[in-house]
Amino acid sequence: MGIGDANEEMPGKLITVEGLDGSGKSTQIDLVKRWLELEGYKVFFTSWNSSPLVESATKAAKKRQLLSPTTFALIHGTDFADRYERQIIPLLRAGFLVLSDRYIYTAYARDTVRGCDPEWIRHMYSFARAPDMAMWFRIPVEVSFARAVGRTPNLKYYEAGMDVGFSRNPVKSYRIFQTKIHEAYERMSHEFPFQIIDATKPAGEQQQQFRKLIQDRLDLSQYVRGKSGRE
Amino acid sequence: MTLTSGNGTHRTFFGTGLPDVDLASLKGKLIVVEGPDSSGRSTQIRIMRDWLERNGYPSAQTGLKRSKLVGQKLQDVMRGYSLGPLTFSLYYATDLADQIENVIIPALRADFVVLADRYIYTPIARDVVRGVDIEWITGIFGFAIVPDVVVYLDVEPEVLAERVLGSTHYLDYWESGMDIHRNPDMYGSFVSYQKLIREEFTAMAGDRGFHMIDGDRPVNDVADTIKETIRPIVEMP
Repeated sequence: MGIGDANEEMPGKLITVEGLDGSGKSTQIDLVKRWLELEGYKVFFTSWNSSPLVESATKAAKKRQLLSPTTFALIHGTDFADRYERQIIPLLRAGFLVLSDRYIYTAYARDTVRGCDPEWIRHMYSFARAPDMAMWFRIPVEVSFARAVGRTPNLKYYEAGMDVGFSRNPVKSYRIFQTKIHEAYERMSHEFPFQIIDATKPAGEQQQQFRKLIQDRLDLSQYVRGKSGRE
Repeated sequence: MTLTSGNGTHRTFFGTGLPDVDLASLKGKLIVVEGPDSSGRSTQIRIMRDWLERNGYPSAQTGLKRSKLVGQKLQDVMRGYSLGPLTFSLYYATDLADQIENVIIPALRADFVVLADRYIYTPIARDVVRGVDIEWITGIFGFAIVPDVVVYLDVEPEVLAERVLGSTHYLDYWESGMDIHRNPDMYGSFVSYQKLIREEFTAMAGDRGFHMIDGDRPVNDVADTIKETIRPIVEMP
């Protein structure tokens, strides 16, 4: 019943991507999604902070700067729980390839950099299953930083980590924040079986590597649309 | 993990707590009134507030779904009947954390008596009845401050149903456990759900030193019992 055990075998597969802002992970997973759809597989895509039940509250709270490290962590946990209970688990049970742009590692990194207790954060997400494939788009902070700031020159308060008080200058604060998040990913890469993709390589090359990893590790024929009878 | 101190000796969190909070500076008192809807909580809290103020004790109030952060949103979402149990738990936790940081802590620091119209216990009881792991949910609430006293207004489910129907003429979807029972008989569902919640509270009360107060008595009698419970906590002569 319910969401089941975090270790329960499920017919679907969960593929997640992690990386700094500007690492190109969202572009890469979007290309993978389109490729899998065109090939006729059952695919579902979900991204961080997108639950219809929570997202508008989070947005309003960020705008009014109402979030502390603790409520920031909890509201994102709520958003994740909603997507997990209502989408990720049912779709994995239905045999879908579930693609997730950011997963629990984003919370592990961000919330602990914000000063939350690491064990408390992990406890909060202890219901979440480990991905079948966890990709990490690794990139030097300077490179992703230049891309991200080039894309959105007006950094938002929480995005820049201004709430943590690294610096009153948003760009400086963002750089420090991203550096600390990068260090957290680096540490996690020794603890979790991340598949590392060099995000400084040309986009096409990264995509080929990503697709090959999927083809090597999964028997895609099991995820063909309409295979379970109804179409 | 114990769920109330009740001894008022020194302030603690249930778990790891909140970053950057000096507990020693929180000199006020945190008094929690728990009990189902229509058990008389809000009436009693009003009486306690007036009584405290008459005696010169300033007070502040909090309650579930009242945070500036997500209180209104949570009320709106619950009208849609679509929250899963983990989402439900974390939403309530977010709401409570915001009030602890922005209402309860500042009030305790100013030496106020905080009257909380329910606290972590109602969400815990509801979640456990819905199959959520108690270790998980109590661990989430590790950020909460241990109250000085918890009063539980105990009323038989059948009596509650009569009170609710007598005043509002309908039973609330969530308070009737409709999301878990799927029973078209709303009255039967309400009574059996409230029994389950009451069992959880009875279990908590035993281990965690709640003051169980018979809520099926005249308002002033219940108030007198609560006053006698609170008096030593706020050090009222």
